[in-house]
Amino acid sequence: MELDVVSLSRLQFALTALYHFLFVPLTIGLAILLAIMETVYVMTGRTIWKDMTRFWGTLFGINFVLGVATGLTMEFQFGMNWSYYSHYVGDIFGAPLAIEGLMAFFLEATFVGLFFFGWDRLSKLGHLVATWAVALGTNLSALWILIANGWMQNPVGAAFNPETMRMEVTDFWAVLFNPVAQAKFVHTVSAGYVTAALFVLGVSAWYLLQTRHVALARRSMTVAASFGLAASLSVVVLGDESGYLATEHQQMKLAAIEAMWETEPAPASFTAFGFPDQEARETHYAIHIPGLMGLIATRSLTTEVPGIKDLVARAEQRVREGIIAYDALQQIRALPRGAAIPAALRQSFETHGRQLGYAYLLRRYVDDPRQATPEQIARAANDTVPQVAPLFWSFRIMVGLGIFFILLTATFFYLSARHRLDHHRWLLWVAVCAIPLPWIAAEMGWIVAEFGRQPWIIEGVLPTAMAVSHLGVTEVLLTIAGFTLLYSALAVVEMGLMLKAIRKGPTITPAPAPASGRAPLSALAAE
Amino acid sequence: MILHDLIDYPTLRLIWWVLLGVLLIGFAVTDGFDLGVGALLPFVGRTDLERRVAINSVGPTWEGNQVWLILGGGAIFAAWPPLYAVSFSGFYLAMFVVLAALILRPVGFKYRSKREEARWRNGWDWALFIGGFVPALIFGVAVGNVLQGVPFRFTEEYGIRYEGSFFGLLNPFALLCGLLSLSMLVMHGGAWLSLKASGVVALRGRRYGSLAALAAMLLFALGGLWVATLLGGYQITSPIDPAGPSAPLLKTVTREGVNWLANYRAHPWMMVAPALGFLGLAGTFLGLRAGREVSTLLLSKLANFGIISTVGLSMFPFLLPSSLDPRASLTVWDSSSSHLTLFIMLVATVIFLPIILAYTAWVYRVLWGKVDEDSVARSADSY
Repeated sequence: MELDVVSLSRLQFALTALYHFLFVPLTIGLAILLAIMETVYVMTGRTIWKDMTRFWGTLFGINFVLGVATGLTMEFQFGMNWSYYSHYVGDIFGAPLAIEGLMAFFLEATFVGLFFFGWDRLSKLGHLVATWAVALGTNLSALWILIANGWMQNPVGAAFNPETMRMEVTDFWAVLFNPVAQAKFVHTVSAGYVTAALFVLGVSAWYLLQTRHVALARRSMTVAASFGLAASLSVVVLGDESGYLATEHQQMKLAAIEAMWETEPAPASFTAFGFPDQEARETHYAIHIPGLMGLIATRSLTTEVPGIKDLVARAEQRVREGIIAYDALQQIRALPRGAAIPAALRQSFETHGRQLGYAYLLRRYVDDPRQATPEQIARAANDTVPQVAPLFWSFRIMVGLGIFFILLTATFFYLSARHRLDHHRWLLWVAVCAIPLPWIAAEMGWIVAEFGRQPWIIEGVLPTAMAVSHLGVTEVLLTIAGFTLLYSALAVVEMGLMLKAIRKGPTITPAPAPASGRAPLSALAAE
Repeated sequence: MILHDLIDYPTLRLIWWVLLGVLLIGFAVTDGFDLGVGALLPFVGRTDLERRVAINSVGPTWEGNQVWLILGGGAIFAAWPPLYAVSFSGFYLAMFVVLAALILRPVGFKYRSKREEARWRNGWDWALFIGGFVPALIFGVAVGNVLQGVPFRFTEEYGIRYEGSFFGLLNPFALLCGLLSLSMLVMHGGAWLSLKASGVVALRGRRYGSLAALAAMLLFALGGLWVATLLGGYQITSPIDPAGPSAPLLKTVTREGVNWLANYRAHPWMMVAPALGFLGLAGTFLGLRAGREVSTLLLSKLANFGIISTVGLSMFPFLLPSSLDPRASLTVWDSSSSHLTLFIMLVATVIFLPIILAYTAWVYRVLWGKVDEDSVARSADSY
């Protein structure tokens, strides 16, 4: 890797975003599980469900707070390291971020205090409302941030304004109901649900293996297995949905994930295994499953899925068009302020303006895209191919794990229905060992989504290399070192506290006093 | 969509300038006392239990309060993208320091009392102190630099070039502003402790809070004097088109013979802001001395309101002047989002802000009452 500001800024963003996402999925999923458990408690009055809510709530709290802390970095970082990006698309990208604060963060952060401190200040129902508010808040925050991210993948509802030299929103509803954003939202929260379900399943399995807290562990497993099965089905089925959408909006990403170099006659085959070779533009030792790819991607047997080589040829065309747009833009900017834009010029920019970003791809090679040689244009077009091998493998690891999650949760769902959760010790061990796997799948998913969008920070609109702040290498190295130190220390502390809380286990309320439905105060204090 | 034409562009820009102030003041009056309590932690709490009283006085609510900061950041991004882009990248290392401190704070609250060891708890107490002290200081230092102008310019394509250094931020006037914001928030923290904590912690909160109020009065007066004499200011010299495009380079700006008092000469009613600042500070000082609780916290909020409004009104319509290339300065009339985005964001704010205020008020009501050593030691939920 080159030691330049662009690579370093990307590295820092990747590190901090992937780290942030260690905490987010568990927060999203566990919040819902807590709300479900507490709902059962309020409906049945059985205190074991309250004990469950409080125990898993303790673990939720340890995790939640790091999600909050590292989320601050995410918000600051767009401005700190990606200032041209912030200028160029802040008009569109900033709004969902701000609405996320208004609609989601306030909700979750205000009520999370009541969740922990409100147990003996609120009625049963009052506390349940607080818990659901936290769950709703966390899930809404995922919605808004994915609307923002979905726009980076599929920048709809916006146009370039030559006067302000930035993208501006033209149709907010299109940004809001961006199909990519909607699919991503469902896919991502489902992944969060799977993460939480496997976490609860695994920790409970560990208790069963030690025959500790058996009643609590069994009930937790039942909830986690059914919730996890529904969620893992949803994550795979709706993952397919986002693959389908990629064909319309991000064909290059899809082709790279599949290492599909050539356009195949419909329906295209799916490469189950192989070694993609970026230089030679072929995949060695490929094992193909005929027809499957075309079916997944287009839901038809007759629609073609374009391969990488054809997409590069299309990109070259767009670079040429982008140069025309760039030229028109320069002429418009050169007009005296207030002067009318000649009709031909306006026409030229309106026709080709959408490809302006492709002209910026030439900036790697030449300052003024209009001076580009045919060779440079070809190189810029070639740059639209992301690194194939990491995408190919990340995607396959993610999908493989997704299928494993369905099998695992289905097995425990079955066992739970037959009241045989503790009959097979090896299966319990599998559940314990499976705890980290959803995190791996989720991080792979983000690598596919973000790495697969390169060289773009906003697909087809702004190259990543242009979006960075004008910082020095030393400054960025300093902050990378700072984040690495701070985050590593916090990770060690967090894991330590999680393990301590799990080892300590839940506090079980003794059988309720006959006269009152509420748990005695002594039991609360003993925890 | 024609709906957004209901409110014209200049009005929307003005509204968003006001809302920017509302969010910053919202942050100061809520999370401000959390920061102040953090900065006061080693002074008001000598024993573990005393410190826990201070921490638990903000324990259930700091998280919601901090969202004012997050929303402030998000709203600057959405409504004033160039301001967000220039300030966050320009103050790069200072931002990192603030960020690191702010990251320590949530973790400190949550993790501190999860283990018994004195070393563990002392370590986190330091983290909480840094998490309160450093942001309270640096936010003021940042404002101090904004008032002087920041060394940045734009390329023809509005690429941002910042030519200052981290240590350049630490100049005398900026440090004065930093100390002012620190003492203002420490005072606010003291006023909060006097209301919410009990026993010796509340007493010490009152004592240090009133000292901080005195310091803040002195620094605010000194800052005003500096602004009136040495500091200078900025003024737009080309015709202003309040509905013009958000392209800062289209105007001209002078620094010759102007200072930030010009607005007060043109609109004397603006003197209300510094007056309220002094009134709030004096009232808080007296209230803390006399041991009044609720009214003192309100007066402290008034002081925050007055001081922050003073900065905003003095600079209007400037948001971030450029000392390197004054015409690149960001102003209310040329640094906003588009008409449509400002309108959409306003609709979202009008819908959600009242809801937020309502449930926040409800949560504070549920949690009403003093935190004392007994309740902290007894409850398993306390930090």
